[in-house]
Amino acid sequence: MQEAMIARAKELLADGSVSRVMGWKKGEFSYDISPAVFENADQLVDFVYDDFCGANVSKYLINESKKEGKILAFLKPCDSYSFAQLLKEHRIDREKVYVIGIPSYGKADINKIRAKGIDGVLGIKSEGTDFIVDTIYGEEKIAKFEAMSERCLTCKSKKHVDVDEMMGEEGEWNAESKRFDKVAELEAMTPDERFEFWRGELSRCIRCNACRNVCPACTCVSCVFDNPNSDINNKAAASSFEENMFHIIRAFHVAGRCTDCGECSRVCPQNIPLHLLNRKFIKDINELYGQYQAGANADEKYPMVNFTFDDCEPGIVYKRGGNQ
Amino acid sequence: MQVEEKEFKPTIVAFCCNWCSYAGADLSGTNRLQYPANVKIIRIPCSCRLNPMFILRAFQRGADGVILCGCHPGDCHYTTGNYYARRRMTLLFSMLDFLGIEKERTRVEWVSAAEGQKFAETMNDFVATVTKLGENHRLEDLRCKKQ
Repeated sequence: MQEAMIARAKELLADGSVSRVMGWKKGEFSYDISPAVFENADQLVDFVYDDFCGANVSKYLINESKKEGKILAFLKPCDSYSFAQLLKEHRIDREKVYVIGIPSYGKADINKIRAKGIDGVLGIKSEGTDFIVDTIYGEEKIAKFEAMSERCLTCKSKKHVDVDEMMGEEGEWNAESKRFDKVAELEAMTPDERFEFWRGELSRCIRCNACRNVCPACTCVSCVFDNPNSDINNKAAASSFEENMFHIIRAFHVAGRCTDCGECSRVCPQNIPLHLLNRKFIKDINELYGQYQAGANADEKYPMVNFTFDDCEPGIVYKRGGNQ
Repeated sequence: MQVEEKEFKPTIVAFCCNWCSYAGADLSGTNRLQYPANVKIIRIPCSCRLNPMFILRAFQRGADGVILCGCHPGDCHYTTGNYYARRRMTLLFSMLDFLGIEKERTRVEWVSAAEGQKFAETMNDFVATVTKLGENHRLEDLRCKKQ
C-alpha cells in the first residue's frame, strides 16, 4: 500500500496536478507517526503508511488549502468524514485539495501492544486477522482485536464521503457498530456511580489541550479556552470544577459537528476516554432529533442550528435513562 | 457548647428572558405573590442568549440550582430563539446527568409575561426541590466558597 501511495503521489507531483502531498512520516520512534507535508518527490522517501498511521490529517488541510497550489491528501474513511464536515463549514477550499481515499482496516494502539508485554517496537504489518509486530527481539504476532485501538474496534464506517479517486477497495457503512455500548453502560449506572467514574477519569486531566488542538471539529481561530480573562486559559485545572467545565464545554462546542473520529482519546496522554462524552451527544442527538452523522451529507443542516416545532422539552432528561 | 444548626437555604439563579419571564416575575411581584428571596434573577435578552458556560459559571460561583425561563415555544420575541435554546439545554442537561451531576438542579420552564402566578409557583417548586437535594457539591469550586 505504502509503495503504491508513494508512486501515485510522485505521478501527480510530476504532472503538476498537485504541488504538495499531505501524509505521514515517522517520528522519534516507528510508532509515533505524525502528519507531515511533503513539498517535492525527493522528500517522499520519509512517507510512511502503516498500521500506526491513526492520525487524522483533515484538520491540517484548513491551513494547507489557504496556500498557493493544490495539495494531495490521503484520507482514511474517518478522516474523510471530518474533511466533509469541514467543507460544509467552509473551512477548506475544495478546489485546492486532491483527495485520494485509502481503506483502513483498523489501526494499532501502541499502549495495547505494550500492555501485552511487547517492547522495542520497530514496525508493524498486518496479516489477515493478526498484526505482525517487528521488534528488536524478533517478530511477535498479536491478534488484531487485542491490539486495535478502541475506536477501530467499534468502527462506524469504512466508506469514504468525498474523494476524487480511490485506492484499494471502498468499504461500507457499518450499521452493526457497537460504538454506543459503553455510553449505554454508563447511562445504566446510578448517578453516584457515574460521578465516581468520571471523577476518576477527569481528575487525571492535565489540561494539555491536546484533545482540543487535534480535534478536526475544534477549528475556531481564537478559542474560548484561550481567553485571558476567563481564568481558565491554558493552565492546569486547579479544581474539580475546572476539569468538569473544560470537558463539558469542549464536548458541547463540537456537539452535532463531531464525526466521532476518536482523535481526542487517541492523543490524550492520560488515556481519558474523551470520545465517550462526544458519543453521548451523538447518541442523544440520534435518539431525540433523528439519526445524524456529521459530514455524511453536505446539504443537511446540522442539529444544533436546526429545530422542529415539536422537539422534546428539556424535561425529558428527568424521565429517561439511568437508575436513580 | 452548642452547635448552631443552620437551616440550608439554597441559592438559585434564574435566567429570565427580557420579553416574557422577566415581566412575569414583575407581575407576580405586583400581584403580591410570594416566592423565596433566594432566587436571584438575571435578565437575558432571549432564552437562547444563555451560553452553557453561564450555567456552569453560576454553579461555580455558588449557585445550588439554575433555572432558565423563556417564552413559550412559538412566542419568541425573535421568532425562533427559544427553539434553539430548547435543543441546547436538552443536550446540556443530559450531559450533566451523564457526568453524575444531579439533574434536578437544572430546569427550563416557559413562563409568559402574563403568567405571574406560574412564575411564583415554578420558583416555589424549584426552591423546594433544590432544598431537598442539599448543597451543590458536584459542581462546586472550593475557591469560590464563602466561609
